[in-house]
Amino acid sequence: MSWIHVMVLTPFIFATIVPYLYKKFNQKIHTGWFVFFIPVFIFAYLITFIPEISGGNTFMKILPWLPSYNIDFAIYMDGLSLIFALLIAGIGALVVLYSIYYMSKDREALHNFYVYLLMFMGAMLGLVFSDNIFVLYVFWEMTSVSSFLLIAYWYEREKSKYGAQKSMLITVFGGLAMLAGLIMLAMMSDTYSIREMLTSHNLEAITSNTLFLPAMILILLGAFTKSAQFPFSIWLPDAMEAPTPISAYLHSATMVKAGIYLVARLTPIFGGTGEWFWIVTGVGLVTLLYGSVNAVRQTDLKALLAYSTISQLGLIMSLLGMGSGALYFGYGDESFIYATAIFAAIFHLVNHSTFKGCLFMVVGIIDHETGTRDLRKLGGLMHLMPISFTLMIIGGFSMAGLPPFNGFLSKELFFTATLQAANMSIFNLANLGFVIPVIAWVASIFTFIYSMILVFKTFRGKHRFVRVDKPVHEAPFGMLISPLILAILVVAIFFFPNLFSKYFLLPAWEGVLPSLAQAGELSIKLSPWHGWTPELIMTLGVVGLGILMYLYIRKWYRIYNYYPQALTLNTIYNFSLENMEVLSKKATNKYMTGFIRDYLVYIFAFIVVIVGGVFWTFGGFTFDVSQDADINIYEAGLVIAMIISAVTVLFSKSRLTSILAIGALGFLVSFFFVLFRAPDLALTQLVVETVTTVLFLLCFYHLPELRKEIGKIPFKMTNAIISIGVGVIITVVALSAKGTRLFDSISSYYENSYELAGAKNIVNAILVDFRGIDTMLEILVLTMAGLGVYTLIKLRMARRDKNEGAE
Amino acid sequence: MKEPNDVLIRSVSKVAVVIIFTFAINLFISGHHYPGGGFIGGLAFSSAVVLLFLTFNIETVRKNFPVDFKVIAALGVLIAVLTGVGAMLLGVPFLTQAFDYFNLPIFGKTELATAVLFDIGVALAVIGTSLTIIMSIGDDR
Amino acid sequence: MCIVVGLLFMIGTYLILTKTLLRIILGTSIIGHGVNLLIITMGGLKKGGPPLLGIENVTYADSLPQALLLTAIVINFATTALFLVLSYRAYTVLGTDDTEQLRGKEDE
Repeated sequence: MSWIHVMVLTPFIFATIVPYLYKKFNQKIHTGWFVFFIPVFIFAYLITFIPEISGGNTFMKILPWLPSYNIDFAIYMDGLSLIFALLIAGIGALVVLYSIYYMSKDREALHNFYVYLLMFMGAMLGLVFSDNIFVLYVFWEMTSVSSFLLIAYWYEREKSKYGAQKSMLITVFGGLAMLAGLIMLAMMSDTYSIREMLTSHNLEAITSNTLFLPAMILILLGAFTKSAQFPFSIWLPDAMEAPTPISAYLHSATMVKAGIYLVARLTPIFGGTGEWFWIVTGVGLVTLLYGSVNAVRQTDLKALLAYSTISQLGLIMSLLGMGSGALYFGYGDESFIYATAIFAAIFHLVNHSTFKGCLFMVVGIIDHETGTRDLRKLGGLMHLMPISFTLMIIGGFSMAGLPPFNGFLSKELFFTATLQAANMSIFNLANLGFVIPVIAWVASIFTFIYSMILVFKTFRGKHRFVRVDKPVHEAPFGMLISPLILAILVVAIFFFPNLFSKYFLLPAWEGVLPSLAQAGELSIKLSPWHGWTPELIMTLGVVGLGILMYLYIRKWYRIYNYYPQALTLNTIYNFSLENMEVLSKKATNKYMTGFIRDYLVYIFAFIVVIVGGVFWTFGGFTFDVSQDADINIYEAGLVIAMIISAVTVLFSKSRLTSILAIGALGFLVSFFFVLFRAPDLALTQLVVETVTTVLFLLCFYHLPELRKEIGKIPFKMTNAIISIGVGVIITVVALSAKGTRLFDSISSYYENSYELAGAKNIVNAILVDFRGIDTMLEILVLTMAGLGVYTLIKLRMARRDKNEGAE
Repeated sequence: MKEPNDVLIRSVSKVAVVIIFTFAINLFISGHHYPGGGFIGGLAFSSAVVLLFLTFNIETVRKNFPVDFKVIAALGVLIAVLTGVGAMLLGVPFLTQAFDYFNLPIFGKTELATAVLFDIGVALAVIGTSLTIIMSIGDDR
Repeated sequence: MCIVVGLLFMIGTYLILTKTLLRIILGTSIIGHGVNLLIITMGGLKKGGPPLLGIENVTYADSLPQALLLTAIVINFATTALFLVLSYRAYTVLGTDDTEQLRGKEDE
């Protein structure tokens, strides 16, 4: 247990007392204020690690959890996890602060909100710090669950429920796929620790294994669903039903970055192969294009932001893919050139969190103040909300990749990376490489357009929206603090990029490519002006074309009408969901008939098929008569008598006959116990049989006369076939088990019972001494059964008495 | 149940019950070395009571046995658990049994084992349970 | 012996699959006997004397299955009793001992 463990667990622990605080203080103080301190403290604590981490150190703390399964809560802190944790805690603090003003303390169920939020925060911290893949997986799913709860926070709204369900289904599907992938990974490398997988010995074992590709694809499925990559992106726009602080936190800054984190974390394992490169880059680029093109046609501000998030995530993902090519080249200079892409990915990731967080909060303010997020209704807010407008410009222009904002720097790096990737000579890039910068460039134009729509459609133009109850004005100051801080960061990073990169980005880069970091340092100088490079020309092209297209948007907007509605991913999702529900209901109704007999048929048939199947396939049937004792005439007689009495039970028409027959059967069994040298058993059986018979008689006195089984022939035939099957199988099992002795009997130990327990009756010694605890529990069960009988009878009698009294 | 009115059964069972009781107790005590023990002893005992139920009726028996058999069952379990806990108090694992030999005035050299205590618990639990079951069903008409 | 066990199981299974509660109980009881015989058969039959150290034997019959069975018999008794009472209660409350009619509502 280290302090880092405590830190990860703090949100969970604190979440347990939130409801209490809410109940106690919410009348006076907004619950958010209590919660606010948690991320602030965590952030402050994490800051203290920066000098160490940027100096190249890493921390590994292990808290044994399930040591016998090698599952430990191992925390590994390096630059990568630190930068994610800082984002989680930092944005978390700002979001909580923002939510204090956004969420009304009188109307909202704040305790739920903050419990979910803290749960998410803890899960996310655990996710980025876990070194053990299974612990990581647990936290991963926990983020899905808390995201579900937060999206469905306004659970009375139909759309919230729909969005929550959708995100849950998709991310959990991905999570399960990832689990399978992680298990494969563990099988290949024989360890659960990501750190240990990276040792060259294990790495070799992984890359040479045939499971390498399946494991990679499964894990990527998890990462892609989480990070809303095409075609799994559809859940993100619907997740926007969550309260805006949540959208800002989970669905732009942190949770959707978990997939990015995973890809970055596993790059040293999978990177350097053609498959990884093409899948990650390809999916990233497609997502980038898909997101940006779709964002333009959105009319809901949050939906627009959602699609822009999808596209930006695709951008980061594709950068990670391109950067992974560096591992192919070993430790040469070339690999450092390509490793720039990884650096760009981390840089853009941070930038995206800042400007997108800011944008979401501003949109939340607009929603809060005007009551709508519909672009068609909004407009001309510039004069009414000047501060929000400024913030929106900062965020929007940064997203569009304009100076003097941090988005410009990372966008330039992105172009650099695409151009370099196009020149790579590996993985068929010589033929296909030119596609990468082209897609990137086109997508950037659309990015530019939607950024402009976001800023100008909302704030410029006529003031069309008229709100009835109160005039629209600027948001309260408290609500503006958080986006303001983020906006300041956006600008600050632009002006001091190298300082920022030294302490945050380079350590994170080292975390992604540890082997490369050992070979040398990445020398990268970030500056707004590099001269007339191709990147700059590309940017200028984006801006020029973007402005033109924005101005004439009406002219070409119509092409969106040709977008085939029936083929959208959402339609497919809805269709399959509906059909699956119908289908499963049908299937369930088919076998869940409600007849106990049918269930028993399933069970018995299953026994026959499985046990019989095992015997058949493994040839387990052995038959060994040599051990058998001779059968004398008494025994043969007993056997025949037993069979007769059993058959009598089967065919008897009257209650009394069957009871007597079953009693006879019991007594015959006890005779067998005598023959088998089991005096104790014989005695017990004898007495039990007596008592049972009395019991049967007592009960049957109340129960109706046996009726003739009226049933159709097929019904009886099924029963007969199944029972014959069971009988045969049991016979076979008995014969084989008798013929097979894998181990010596352990009973000989108990023959010391006189010395060990002072008893000459071995059976009794076993019961009361050697296996005393079994016996104790057994009499407990016995007593419970007795009490059960008693209550069943007496309860009814009591009720009857009461009823009679009432009458 | 109908009121049984059979002199023969009544007189025989009066004697038989005593014999069965004796036998049951004998079975129980000898359980340590010979066939018998808590389960069998308990069951034999309750079968004797069942015989009484059959010959006389439940009300009569209940009058003569003013015991709540549920309590007896619970008591049995309690005794069994307590012997186990007793072992723990002496610092050995739960339910460890001990035995030793003593010279008692009348019986001579006798073996006393804590296992017998445990067995008493078993027997009581069995008696209590089986009679609770029979009595509740018989009661209900 | 194994064949007898198999037969008992067969008859028991058939009874359990019928619709009458009584027959089901009888079926479980028969299967119970079958299981008991099966277990003791596993221990090997008729080898050595009874597991009593008081009697001088060279070998003893396998004592472990016997101890297992002793508890099994008693438990069997208790479960049979519980089952009987349950079915009896079901009959008095619902007025039928036919499992087909004991079925719940459509959507349960």
